[in-house]
Amino acid sequence: MKKLLILGAGTAGTMAANRLSRLLDASEWQITIVDQHETHYYQPGYLFIPFGVYGKNDVIKPKRDFMPNGVHLVMSAIEAIEAEQNRVRLANGQTLGYDFLIIATGADIYPKQTPGLGEDEWGKSIQTFYSFEGAVALHEHLKHWPGGRLVLNVVENPIKCPVAPLEFLMLADWFFSEKGMRDKVELIYATPLPGAFTKPKASKMLGHLLTEKGIQVVPEFMIERVDPEAKKIVAYDEQEVSYDLLVSVPLNMGAEVVGKAGLGDELNFVPVDKHTFLSTRFANVFALGDAAAVPASKAGSVAHFAVETFGENFVRYTEGQALKPVFDGHANCFIESGFGKGLLIDFNYDTEPLPGRYPMPGVGPFTLLEESEANHWGKLMFKWMYWHILLKGKELPLPAQMSMVGKWSK
Amino acid sequence: MSTRTIAGKTVQMNDEGFMTNPSEWTREIAAEVAKEEGLPDLNTSHWKVIEFCRSDATSSGKSPTLRRITTATGLSTKEMFALFPKGPAKKVAKISGLGKPEGCV
Ligand SMILES: Cc1cc2nc3c(=O)[nH]c(=O)nc-3n(C[C@H](O)[C@H](O)[C@H](O)COP(=O)(O)OP(=O)(O)OC[C@H]3O[C@@H](n4cnc5c(N)ncnc54)[C@H](O)[C@@H]3O)c2cc1C
Repeated sequence: MKKLLILGAGTAGTMAANRLSRLLDASEWQITIVDQHETHYYQPGYLFIPFGVYGKNDVIKPKRDFMPNGVHLVMSAIEAIEAEQNRVRLANGQTLGYDFLIIATGADIYPKQTPGLGEDEWGKSIQTFYSFEGAVALHEHLKHWPGGRLVLNVVENPIKCPVAPLEFLMLADWFFSEKGMRDKVELIYATPLPGAFTKPKASKMLGHLLTEKGIQVVPEFMIERVDPEAKKIVAYDEQEVSYDLLVSVPLNMGAEVVGKAGLGDELNFVPVDKHTFLSTRFANVFALGDAAAVPASKAGSVAHFAVETFGENFVRYTEGQALKPVFDGHANCFIESGFGKGLLIDFNYDTEPLPGRYPMPGVGPFTLLEESEANHWGKLMFKWMYWHILLKGKELPLPAQMSMVGKWSK
Repeated sequence: MSTRTIAGKTVQMNDEGFMTNPSEWTREIAAEVAKEEGLPDLNTSHWKVIEFCRSDATSSGKSPTLRRITTATGLSTKEMFALFPKGPAKKVAKISGLGKPEGCV
């Protein structure tokens, strides 16, 4: 029996287990997947929890429900990856050997990496929606928040779902308007990037949105520390922004176990070929999803397209053939813009988000880079698709590689 | 897209002043662009960073992030802000003839 070991049963690991269990011959392959938590979290739903659009139960389900028959699920923390020896040690004392390894341990937030951030005020005047607990706590906090300066700060890129901070602010604009207190709230976006939108077409099409919604942007803000007493964030260039409520997207990093194994870059993400996901160091190690250091967005939709192209390529590779450069960095994201509207962006490694229409059999077309109600429903539909189609590794009626159909490039 | 002549060489440059073809870059261009960015005297530390960015971009195809630069060069983020004030990653990318560090939209 050949052994395939998958580390992490989140979005990417679960999709890979499902897809590969269908593609690989069960009489020849033993597939094992390891995760530390019983619960699967629908992370895109964290965005909606603070505003009471989703509750806890919308975003959690047992991991086991998504595991195909024949795949062996082990619940334990992963303690060490010993790639030279082709084995992994678990906290429960087990050691698992493998012929092929897929690292899908995702990315997590590290508030302690920024002085003053993850300390006494964490969970009080400093909040986040980038974790389940954080999103739930922020919901409680907003219920009775009297208003003031709400500053959203992204500590450093890359982050999971790079558009989520903008969505949060646009939803906040809607939320406080509905509550009749928009005039009591200032919305400020302090980002290390040169602007809210950096790609030419998106800046042109979407730049007006934030002005219209009264969201102020503080660009090139590289946070050095938080002063929780004085309630201000301080940048390396001494710029300061004061807040009443700081909503932070802390530093995102890959799993520590990846770093300890010497398999990670400076943020514990695994360097891999951006078209095949093969480790640059080991010929039998791959990384999928947020764990991979590729210049694609860290998003569930990217993981889906990645796994779809990866499946057959992996099978070919195990049969002694060369990997094909099949993944093009395709990302497809609905962006919630508040007041029942949304946007859609579709892009890849080489093509920036473009305006036009996105054809989708049955439900589309959706407008690209332009607000519409259909896009809002697309965003809400994404939750259903995630639980029922994506996680189970089923195919969407969409091509995995980006298509130019409907897009205007001029 | 337009072209510009710097340090006696005509190079391709976008509206924001970033060179779009890294192979057109020369050290003389770097010195000239640095002057325009308020850095008339590039010292050995500046060059160490520029050289790292050039070689890193050759293998990765993009400008390195500030964290990538500090990890590789051993300089602290504070030192990077002293060397290339106000947005070091962006400034050094410009001087090194590389693209602007970008987000997704
Ligand atoms: C606020 C927010 C909004 C988002 N919105 C969107 C969106 O609108 N659209 C979209 O496409 N994507 C969105 N995303 C991103 C999406 O959720 C992630 O890209 C996706 O979940 C990545 O999947 P993954 O499998 O790589 O990582 P994960 O799903 O995070 O899974 C990693 C798994 O590894 C396990 N693990 C890690 N370390 C260990 C260890 N040492 N031992 C054992 N197990 C371990 C974890 O328990 C976890 O189950 C959003 C994310 C956030 C935070």
